Amino acid sequence: MLSIYNGPLDVPTILATWYKEEAQSNYGAYIPFIGTVRSEDNIEGLSFDIYEPILEKWFQEWEAKAKERGAIVKMAHSLGDVLLHESSYIAAVFSPKRRVALELIDEFVEDFKASAPIWKYDLKEGKRIYALDRSTAIQGSGLLAKGDAL
Amino acid sequence: MVTVEFLGPINKPAMELEIDNLNELAHILQEDKELSDWLQNCAVAVNNNLVNSLETPLNAGDKISLLPPVCGG
Repeated sequence: MLSIYNGPLDVPTILATWYKEEAQSNYGAYIPFIGTVRSEDNIEGLSFDIYEPILEKWFQEWEAKAKERGAIVKMAHSLGDVLLHESSYIAAVFSPKRRVALELIDEFVEDFKASAPIWKYDLKEGKRIYALDRSTAIQGSGLLAKGDAL
Repeated sequence: MVTVEFLGPINKPAMELEIDNLNELAHILQEDKELSDWLQNCAVAVNNNLVNSLETPLNAGDKISLLPPVCGG
């Protein structure tokens, strides 16, 4: 399940909803990762753009990978502004045993950081500034800078 | 005719072009000096699938997306 919310995430509600959804599914482990906006560099918060068509494909691939290991993944992300100490991201894995969930949450969150089509901006003095220095180029980037064969 | 869209922070309106492959698109976009940094660090998708070859053929109605460096979470 992939959910996009306008603004900050309601962490207790989302965690409880996911818990209730799988309470009778016979999973032995539920491992959530909750991302919270920290105060640093005088930012007032963060803001996000999302390209949903590719995000959905990326997430479906992870659902398939999780299924191969008997697990499921869930994810919630914010669109737009999220202020300090609010949450913009929750990911979770449910699996029969702990080891798969511990490994999968690590792989899933790392690949999310490197590949999910989401763009982050710092909110500073009322401006929205693209966080280029903290961003990662998607694998295969630079294709259109090549090619002069015409 | 294909559509080219510039996602996230690039802040450029979509373009419509008569081209047959990504090599032609690379040639056209390289003429735009404002895009030169973005071309270095953007990934490319055709109809929402990431591609790795400039030889990727294009068909009428295709949507090409430029994806700058990402940072979710």
